[in-house]
Amino acid sequence: MKGVRWSLWVLVAFAALVGLFALQLSRPKHDQVESTMIGQPVPQFALGAAVPELPGLSSADLANGQPHLLNIFASWCIPCAAEAPQLAALKGQGAPIVAVAIRDRTNDLEDFFQRYGNPFSRVGKDDTSRIQFLIGSSGVPETFVIDGKGIIRHQHIGEIRPEDIPNLMNRLKEAGA
Amino acid sequence: MIAELGLAALWLAAALAALQLVAAWLGQRAGGETLARVVRPAAVMQALLCGLAFLMLLWTFARTDLSVALVVENSGSDAPMIYKIAAAWGNHEGSMLLWITIMALAGGLIALIEHRLPEKTMLATLGAQAFVGLGFYAFIVFASNPFTRVAMPPADGNGLNPALQDIGLAMHPPTLYCGYVGLSIAFSFAVGALLTRQVTPDFARVMRPWILGAWIFLTLGITAGSYWSYYELGWGGWWFWDPVENASLMPWLAATALLHSASVLASRDALRTWTIMLGVIAFSMSMIGTFLVRSGILTSVHAFAVDPTRGTFILVLLAINIGGALALFAARAGTIAEGERFSPLSREGALVINNVTLCAVLGIVLVGTLYPLLTEAFGLRVSVGPPYFNPVSMVFVTPMLMVLAIGPLLRWRRDSFARVRAPVLLAAAAALIALLGLWLLAGMALLPLLGLTLAAGVAVSAFMPLRGRSLKRLPLSVWGMAISHFGIAVALFGMSVDTAFTVEKLTAAGVGETVAVGPWQVRLTSVEPVAGPNWTSLAGRLSASYRGGPAHELAPQSRTFWARPQTTAESALLTRWNGQLYTVIGEETQDGRWQLRLWWKPFVTFIWLGGMLIGLGGLLALIGRVASDLRRRAAARKIAARQADVAEVPR
Repeated sequence: MKGVRWSLWVLVAFAALVGLFALQLSRPKHDQVESTMIGQPVPQFALGAAVPELPGLSSADLANGQPHLLNIFASWCIPCAAEAPQLAALKGQGAPIVAVAIRDRTNDLEDFFQRYGNPFSRVGKDDTSRIQFLIGSSGVPETFVIDGKGIIRHQHIGEIRPEDIPNLMNRLKEAGA
Repeated sequence: MIAELGLAALWLAAALAALQLVAAWLGQRAGGETLARVVRPAAVMQALLCGLAFLMLLWTFARTDLSVALVVENSGSDAPMIYKIAAAWGNHEGSMLLWITIMALAGGLIALIEHRLPEKTMLATLGAQAFVGLGFYAFIVFASNPFTRVAMPPADGNGLNPALQDIGLAMHPPTLYCGYVGLSIAFSFAVGALLTRQVTPDFARVMRPWILGAWIFLTLGITAGSYWSYYELGWGGWWFWDPVENASLMPWLAATALLHSASVLASRDALRTWTIMLGVIAFSMSMIGTFLVRSGILTSVHAFAVDPTRGTFILVLLAINIGGALALFAARAGTIAEGERFSPLSREGALVINNVTLCAVLGIVLVGTLYPLLTEAFGLRVSVGPPYFNPVSMVFVTPMLMVLAIGPLLRWRRDSFARVRAPVLLAAAAALIALLGLWLLAGMALLPLLGLTLAAGVAVSAFMPLRGRSLKRLPLSVWGMAISHFGIAVALFGMSVDTAFTVEKLTAAGVGETVAVGPWQVRLTSVEPVAGPNWTSLAGRLSASYRGGPAHELAPQSRTFWARPQTTAESALLTRWNGQLYTVIGEETQDGRWQLRLWWKPFVTFIWLGGMLIGLGGLLALIGRVASDLRRRAAARKIAARQADVAEVPR
């Protein structure tokens, strides 16, 4: 009867496997990869100006005592255009917003701002996605909440929808406290 | 009409599967002889109808029938005909129909030709086959109907997935499915043998060609899939331990173990319960693989249409089929008499070690594949990659290959070490020379060094079983074994050399510039636009010369498809006997130069050459087995005819 005993163990292992599969299947799938940089200071960087009328962006600008929203975007990105009204609304509620333009051209950016408005006080130009990589962002658009000491407090992946505005304002307030 | 005809044929096939199941079940009882006679014709009819349904699907794709939803989603009128047809199974619904079609055809074939087992065992086997089949029929007609019409046929379809417009990939799913389905036949035989308690050498002989066939298809499918991802993805890698790759590797490992244990059962009537267990495990690996791929619970580079309802359906099928078989096994295993005994130093002993190590590697791959799923249940996201799989599996692959070198030399039942001392020492010497030579000549990392050492030992020992035998009269199956084992050495050699000696260069080059990579000088001659049937691309012209020799032309492309917009890198390869130059062209940089990625990969082709040799060995063994079965059958018929003649002679 020894054969029976080990085959029972196989059966138990199989039941556990099916249970695990069922559990994972019943959960919503999170396909977003969160940055592991949350809670850590922004890495050192200094980016040149993306458009002549606004200054570029460096990590020192983010650690000036004031909390910021940092928007990672590009003129070629359609969801970035879709979130422009929400960014304008955030600015209207007093949020200071700076941005990094990913793999972009000055002319295209100026067209983009003309069409959708420009809520940013600084826009850095990142032609190699290096800053995006350093900060742990996996795509555009993404928005980070950064406190006055330059520490990353929150990451918003994807475009900002109207219902996301209160949450982002709260996070910004918490970062300022 | 065509789509409706296909759907009707599919429903009828499902009904016949139900009939086959019920008739096989009731036919086992006393007085059920009439019903039992229905089983085989039902299986054959089911195969014909299912084949018809699949042909109808191919037809709707061939003529791009845009009133069928599946065609709209997965094809377009501008694609070449071969890819239009391949698009029929390049999607979830079509591939499930392909699966059940192959399964029904195999079941019909068994019903038609297989008469060696007791009829009761055959009935149970065909009943089990119908049971598994019914689950898939239900899955297709209720959750993945390929024949659904659309209310408003559009002007054109969405186009083919660009990645699928490649002949290698078009043939990849059917090849793997043949493998998976062959294992479902082995599973049905195992269940049939368990139900009727007929675990005999005959059972193993009947099951063996199906395992061999499945194993050949899996071997070729994995080899082709690896080569495809190598040249198509443009990363220069040939194995990524991706969940979907593992999903095809696990059934292969289980099938390899099953193949060897079935040999022991067929030749020596030993390892009875173990062979049954492996039959169940091999098919469960196919189903787990299918589940992991189709449910999308694991993140993978392979993007399939992912749908939780489908995942649930496959999970239920998995639980019923495999859970049921394991429960049956637990109930019956104790009642199956123990087979023949053998000493540890014997062919059987070596094959037991082969089985244990193969199962250990299978366990390692399974755990590595599922570990992210397990930690995710506790809220932690991890990914498991080569740093786990390579060294941990090598712990078991090393003893496995050492035994592989010795095992085929041993006699059945009992042997002495003294008899095989000379060939074993020869193989060990080859390995030792390789080890010392490599260690002195090139400072190598441990794993490739170990791989090359083992490859040398296995290559030398692979043909030793042929020693002292008449090569003309040697059975094909022994040739097959030797070639397969040699193929393992060849593949291992390719993997190790590629890992240790590949040279990689990432650079931006202007037109006219020359880049050195390994022994090659590569010049970017020009970059020109090229237009294809449904794509446009930028083709770089490279002129490469090996150690100052004559220049060869290469033309890697960065290709943009416009029906379903997407950019793919078309790598260009230059193959020499001792390796491949692998070139990829990327985007234009701002200063007008071009991103070039170049690799010199010495002996990398040996990986797939080895894979093909392994498959070829399997094919020879299969031909040898089937031929000798046919001869035996003809002889038996002759004897029966003669006996009938004798009986008719009046006394």
